Amino acid sequence: MANQYETVFIMTPVLSEEQMKETVQKFEKVLTDKGAEIVHQENWGLRKLEYPIQKKSSGFYHLIEFKAEGSVVEALELQYRRDERIMRFLTVSMDKYAIAYAEKRRANRKEKAAAKEEVKEETPVVEQPQEVNNESNQTEQAE
Amino acid sequence: MAQQNDIKYIAPVAVDIKKKKYCRFKKSGIKYIDFKDPEFLKKFLNEQGKILPRRITGNSLKYQRRVAQAVKRARHLALLPYVTDMLK
Repeated sequence: MANQYETVFIMTPVLSEEQMKETVQKFEKVLTDKGAEIVHQENWGLRKLEYPIQKKSSGFYHLIEFKAEGSVVEALELQYRRDERIMRFLTVSMDKYAIAYAEKRRANRKEKAAAKEEVKEETPVVEQPQEVNNESNQTEQAE
Repeated sequence: MAQQNDIKYIAPVAVDIKKKKYCRFKKSGIKYIDFKDPEFLKKFLNEQGKILPRRITGNSLKYQRRVAQAVKRARHLALLPYVTDMLK
């Protein structure tokens, strides 16, 4: 019986957008090659770290939810450790509440994204304070 | 200091009126605490980034453990600081 896992990893901010996508694809491949089924993915983009890691103060976050056997996790983490571009990673198994929460979260994010687009279309002048994500770097420092 | 303060109160200070603490997770039916949501987890930290004890938050033991687990995971991923000042 395959478990569901979620894994978050942080890539170095040195990478370009393309290199970052390439890295993500590599780990997708690692998973799919081992017979894992990817349930969901989220790219959080460049995000400020709360404390420096490897003397970097920001990083690209990526989240993957997948269903697989436990042995796959080991293989994945080995690949993480071998890859210089990965600064940090965390893989946790999800219980039924976590899965329910993840589904709700996905629905919420969809709604939010849709709502944001609507807001943009209707009132392009009013800038909504967006979720602290991509542009958090400069804004937070400015404050 | 404490004695000086005591003199101010002629009638005994109502201790019993203290609001009963409750576990917000039990009350609102939250089953899973997400480590990916640092803004929510900050409710359970003091301004140095330390996890607040149960006697202050009122969490039940079960959910206090899960809060602690989630905070530690968030720290690992640099979503929350290990040590800081003026978090709030």
